[in-house]
Amino acid sequence: MSVETALAPRIPDARMGQVIKLAVLAVGGQGGGVLSGWIEKLARAQGYACQTTSVAGVAQRTGATIYYIEMAPVAPGETPIFSLAPASGDVDILIAAEIMEAGRAIMRGFVTPDRTTLIASTHRVLAVSEKMVPGDGIADADEVIAAAETAAQRAVLLDMERLAVDNGSVISASLFGGLAGSGALPFPETAFEDAIRAGGKGVDASLRAFRAAAAAARDGDQPVAPAATDRPAAAMVGPQRLQKDWEELESQLRNLPGAVAELALPGLRKVVDFQDLAYGREYLDRLERVVATDDAEHGFALSREAAKYIANAMAYDDVVRVADRKTRAARFDRIRREMFVKDDKVMQLTEFLHPRAEEIAGLLPARLGAKVEASPKWMARLDRWFSKGRRIRTDTLRGFLMLYMIGGLRGWRRRTHRHALEQAHLDDWLALALRTSEKDYQLGVEVVRTRRLVKGYSDTHTRGLSKFDRVLAMLPALQGREDAADWLRRLREAALLDEEGKALDGAMRTVESFAA
Amino acid sequence: MAERSFKAEVEHLRLGAGETFTGEGILAITKALLENGVGYVGGYQGAPISHLMDVLADAEELLSELGVRFEANASEAAAAAMLAASVHYPIRGAVTFKGSVGVNVASDALANLASSGVTGGALVIVGEDYGEGSSIMQERSHAFAMKSQFWLLDPRPNLPSIVKAVEQGFELSEASNTPVMLMVRIRSCHVTGSFETRDNQRPPLTVREALSAPRRDFNRVVLPPMSFAHEQDKVNNRWPAAEKFIVENGINERFGPEGARIGIVCQGGMYNGVIRALQRLGLADILGQTDVPLYVLNATYPLVESEFMAFCEGKEAVLVIEEGQPEFIEQALSTMLYRAGSDVRLHGKDMLPMAGEYTGQVMLDGVTAFLRAHAPDMLPGQVRAPNKPAPATPDLSSTVPIRPPGFCTGCPERPIFAAMKLVEKELGQHQISADIGCHLFAALPPFEIGGQTMGYGLGPASNAAFDGGGEKRAISIIGDGGFWHNGLSTSIGNMVFNKSDSLAIVVDNYYSAATGGQDIPSSRADNPTKATNNPITDAVKGIGVKWVRQVDRTYDVARMRQVIREALTTGEQGPKVIVASSECMLNRQRREKPQRAKAIKDGRRIEAPRFGVDEDVCTGDHACIRLSGCPSLSLKRLDDPLRDDPVVAIDHTCVGCGNCGEVAEAAVLCPSFYRADVVHNPTGTERWFARLRTRLIDWLQTRRANRRLTFVETAR
Repeated sequence: MSVETALAPRIPDARMGQVIKLAVLAVGGQGGGVLSGWIEKLARAQGYACQTTSVAGVAQRTGATIYYIEMAPVAPGETPIFSLAPASGDVDILIAAEIMEAGRAIMRGFVTPDRTTLIASTHRVLAVSEKMVPGDGIADADEVIAAAETAAQRAVLLDMERLAVDNGSVISASLFGGLAGSGALPFPETAFEDAIRAGGKGVDASLRAFRAAAAAARDGDQPVAPAATDRPAAAMVGPQRLQKDWEELESQLRNLPGAVAELALPGLRKVVDFQDLAYGREYLDRLERVVATDDAEHGFALSREAAKYIANAMAYDDVVRVADRKTRAARFDRIRREMFVKDDKVMQLTEFLHPRAEEIAGLLPARLGAKVEASPKWMARLDRWFSKGRRIRTDTLRGFLMLYMIGGLRGWRRRTHRHALEQAHLDDWLALALRTSEKDYQLGVEVVRTRRLVKGYSDTHTRGLSKFDRVLAMLPALQGREDAADWLRRLREAALLDEEGKALDGAMRTVESFAA
Repeated sequence: MAERSFKAEVEHLRLGAGETFTGEGILAITKALLENGVGYVGGYQGAPISHLMDVLADAEELLSELGVRFEANASEAAAAAMLAASVHYPIRGAVTFKGSVGVNVASDALANLASSGVTGGALVIVGEDYGEGSSIMQERSHAFAMKSQFWLLDPRPNLPSIVKAVEQGFELSEASNTPVMLMVRIRSCHVTGSFETRDNQRPPLTVREALSAPRRDFNRVVLPPMSFAHEQDKVNNRWPAAEKFIVENGINERFGPEGARIGIVCQGGMYNGVIRALQRLGLADILGQTDVPLYVLNATYPLVESEFMAFCEGKEAVLVIEEGQPEFIEQALSTMLYRAGSDVRLHGKDMLPMAGEYTGQVMLDGVTAFLRAHAPDMLPGQVRAPNKPAPATPDLSSTVPIRPPGFCTGCPERPIFAAMKLVEKELGQHQISADIGCHLFAALPPFEIGGQTMGYGLGPASNAAFDGGGEKRAISIIGDGGFWHNGLSTSIGNMVFNKSDSLAIVVDNYYSAATGGQDIPSSRADNPTKATNNPITDAVKGIGVKWVRQVDRTYDVARMRQVIREALTTGEQGPKVIVASSECMLNRQRREKPQRAKAIKDGRRIEAPRFGVDEDVCTGDHACIRLSGCPSLSLKRLDDPLRDDPVVAIDHTCVGCGNCGEVAEAAVLCPSFYRADVVHNPTGTERWFARLRTRLIDWLQTRRANRRLTFVETAR
C-alpha cells in the first residue's frame, strides 16, 4: 500500500453500524452480573459475536456498578475488535436498574438523543446521603425522568422493581423483559426466554417477571407508575352514640372555609383518634379562633397551616399513644400482611422500647410530675428503676396486656404532667403565631410552620424542641423586615438539614448580622 | 468458602487439545497455566484477581491430579517469596495478586528473586487495579519491573492474546533467567471470549520430586560479591537475552500499512481502546484493520530499541499511548529517538492526559488531536469541521446523589461503628486510624469514622506516634484479613513492644470479606485443605497483649459500646485489643439461605426474623439511619397531608440482623422498631397456644374498638 492511498480519508466501515453497544448501570447487589450473563448467552445463541466486561471490586458492595456489552453479527472465523468500556455519546442501549443511576448515565454522556434506547427502572434505592437528613432529603426523581425523556432517543421507564417483586423475582429479570419489550435488540422474545432457562436458577419466577416487564415495555413508553402511597381511607367504625357526636363535629367543621376544612378533617380525625371527641371539639375551637383572624384574600394560608400543625401538636407522641398504636388490630393485620404470614405459620412480635425517667414523670399527675422532674434525685431514682432497654413480646398475653393497659390510660392522660407541658407549649406557640400575624401575616404563617421542628422521642424530641426555640428566638431580629417570613422559612429549613444544627447556626449568624 | 463458587467453571479447565474454551479472562489464565506445565501456583486475593485465587482453590482436585501445588499464601510477600522454588529448580511457578498494592507488599521478595535470577519460568500475574471501580491509590506496577529489572508483559485484552502471553511469559522467563510480570487490567480480567485449548501438561519436575533431589547454587545467593555479579548479569546477559526472545517470537505486534508517515505506539492493554477510537474516526474496520500503523507493545519492559526505530523509519510523527503516570515508556522511547538523532516528532502526554484512565472519549480526543496535527486529511469531514455541535447533556450534578460502596444489608461491622458513634457521643472524638477492608467504609457517611489508611494490616501501626498515650487514647481498626496478612507482627507486635496505650479493634467477620470471602486462619469454616479455626485472641495473647476482650456477637450494640468505653477509660496501661466477631452477612446468607429454604420444604421448624417500623409511630427524624446506613433501612413518603417528612421503612431485603432494634434501644432513639419472627412449620402445641393468644388478644382489641371511634387505615 502506498503512502497516498494509506492517507486518503476512507469511507467508514458500514459494519460498524451493526455493532450494538449496551451498558448496564446498577447498584451493587442488584444482579447486574446475572443480567449481562443472560444478554451474552442470548447474543451468542443468535450467532452474534459478543463480549462483556465488568468492573468488579468493592463497587459490588452497594455502590454504583457498571457492566458493558458489545455484540455484532459475524461470519464464521471473524473476530471483531470490541471496546472494553462504554464511551460517552457511543452507547446504543443503556439499562439502568434505578432511576438515579439512569441520571448518572445521562451525566456521563451514555444517553444521547441520536442513538440511545434507555431502559430504566423508575424506583428509588435511596443513597445514604438522602436518608440521613433529619428532614426530607430525597432527591427529585422527576427531574431525572424529565432529563431521560429529552436525553434518550427512546425511553422505557417502568417500575421494574415492583414488576419483579410482584412476580416473586429480582429486578434483573424484569430489566431483561424491558429490554426484550423495547425491541432494541434484533432478537425474538422466545430467544430471551431460552437464555433465562439456560441460566437454570429460579427460572419460573424469572420468566413471570420477564414477561410482565416485556408486555409493559411493548405497550409503548409507559407513563411513569406513581410510587405506592398509603392514603388512610375515610372508613369509620365505633358505637352509634359516638358516631352521632362525630357527625356534630363534622357539621361544625363544615362551617369552616373549604380550604381549611380539607386539612381540618384529617386533623380532626387525628386528635379524636388520639384522645376523644371532646378533644376534637377543643381542636375545632382552637382552629376557629385562628380562622376568625384570617381572611380569604390570603387564601386562609394561616388557618390551613394551623389546621395541620395544631392537630400534630395536640396528638403528641407520648407513651400512651405509642402503646395504643402498637396494640391495635389494624397494626397486627398490617404486619402479618407485610411479613407474608399465612395461617399455617405463627408470628412472634417483639417491640424494642426504652422508657426513661422523663416518660414515667410525664405519666404522673401534673403537679407531682413537675415536682419529680424538677428533682434530680427522683429522676435518678426513676432512671434506676425503669430506664433500660425492654423487649416486649406483644404476641404473648403478658406483653400485650402491659402495652394494652398503658394504651388504655387515655382517660388519665389529660391529668398528666406531659399533657400540661404540651398544652402550655401549644398555647404559647399559637398565641405567638396570632400576635405575629396581626403585624405580618406571612411571618405568622411561618411561625405556625416552625412547629414542624418538634418531632421524635427522647433526645431527638429534646433536640427538636431546642431547634424550635432557637428559630423562634430570631423573631425579634426579623420582625418589621420585608423578607422576615422568607428568613424564618430559611431558618426552619436549615434546622432540618443536619442533626447538630450546624446549618442552623450559620443561618442564625446571618440573621443576627441584620440587627448589627 | 469464597463468595463465588467456580466449581462448574473448573470443569472447563479439563478441556483438551482442539476444544474451545468460552468464559472469563481469569479462567483463561488458569487454563493456560495448566497447559504450560506449571509446577506450583499461589497468590493473595484482591480485585481484580480474587476470582483467579477462587478458581485455583476450587480446582485443587484437578491441580493435585497434575501434581501441581496450590498455596493460598499469607500475603503477596509470601506469594512472591514462593517463587524461590524456581531459582534452583527447573520448575515453572506462578503467583498472582493485585497491583500496585500487592507489588508493594511483595517488592522485597521480588527484588531478591530478580537479583538471583531463575532457572524455571517464574510468572507474577498482576491484576492492575487502575481507573474506574478501583479501590486503591492510583499507581503503576510498571515501576517495579524497572527498578528490579524483571520483564513486564501487557497483552492485548482478548482471551487468545492473554493465553499466549502466559506461554510466552514462561518461555521468556526461562530464556532470560528472569522473573516475568504479566499485567492484566480490571476489565481484561473479567472480559469474556473464547480460545482453542490444548491438553494440560504435568510439570516435568514436580515440587514433590524436587524435594527428593535438593539443589543449591552458591552463585544465586544474594550476598556480595554475587549480588554485584547479579547486577552485571542483568544488564549484560539477561536483558539482551530477553530482547532477543521478544524479537524472535514477535511478542510485540504491528498492524496497519507499512509506509505511512505517522504511527501509534501503545501498550497491549490499550489496543482495543485505540482501535475503537480509529473505528469511530472511520480509520479502522470492525475487525481492526487500520489505516494508521500501530506498534503494539505486548512487552512494555524491556523496550526493544531496534523494533521501535524500525517502526519509526520514514515516519514524521509517532503518538505514544501509555495509560498512567509517570510516562516511563514515552520517556524511554524519546531517549531512543534523541540518541539516534532522529527527527521523528514524538507525542504522548502532550496530547493525552498525564493522569487518569484512558476512557473512550479521552482516547478519541487524543488520537484526533494527533491526526489533526499531523494528518488532518485523514480525518472525516464532520470531525475536521463539525457542522452541528454534540448534543448537550442535561446537568443533573445537583440532583443525582453519589453512591459510594458501603456496608451490605445486615453487615456485622455496622453495629461496631454504631457503638463507636455512641461512645463518641459520651467521650468525645478520638484519633482513629483505619485499615484496608470493608470496615474502611466506616470512613464514609453516616459513620464518618477514621481519617487515614496506611495499608493492609497497618491500622494500629499507623497510630504508633500516639502510642505514648495522652488525655484520650488513640483507636485503630483492623480487619481479620489484615490481621493475618501482616497485622499480627507489624501492628499488634509493634503495640506490645512499644508499650502502646492505645486501643485496637479487630473486626473479625470470619473471612477475607472485601476480597470475596476467602478463608483465613481464623475462619470458622472447616476447610479440608487449610487449617482454620485459629482464634485471633490466642494469637494476640500469644504475642503479649494482656488486655484482650472478645465480643462474640457484634450486633449486641450495648455490649459493644460498654467494651469500647471500658477500653478507653480503664486505668490499665498497655495495648488494648477488642476482637469483635460475627460472620460476614453476605457469606452467611449465601450459606444459610439454601439450607433454610430446604429445611422449610422438609417441614422442619424455622424462625425467620425480619424487622419493621410502625409508620404511625416513626416521626421522620431518621436518627436511626444516621447510626446505620443499612440498604434495607430506607424512607417512604406517606400520603398524609398532616405529615411533612418521609418516615423510615424497612424493605423485604432485611435479613433480621437486629442492628436497628439494638441501636434504637441502646441509643434510646424511639419505639418504632419491631421484630417479627415468622415461624415456619410451627409445632402443634405452638400453634395451639398461638391460636389461644390470638383469640384473647382479638377479644381485647375488639372490646376497646367498641368503645371508641377508629378511622380504619387501609394501608396499601
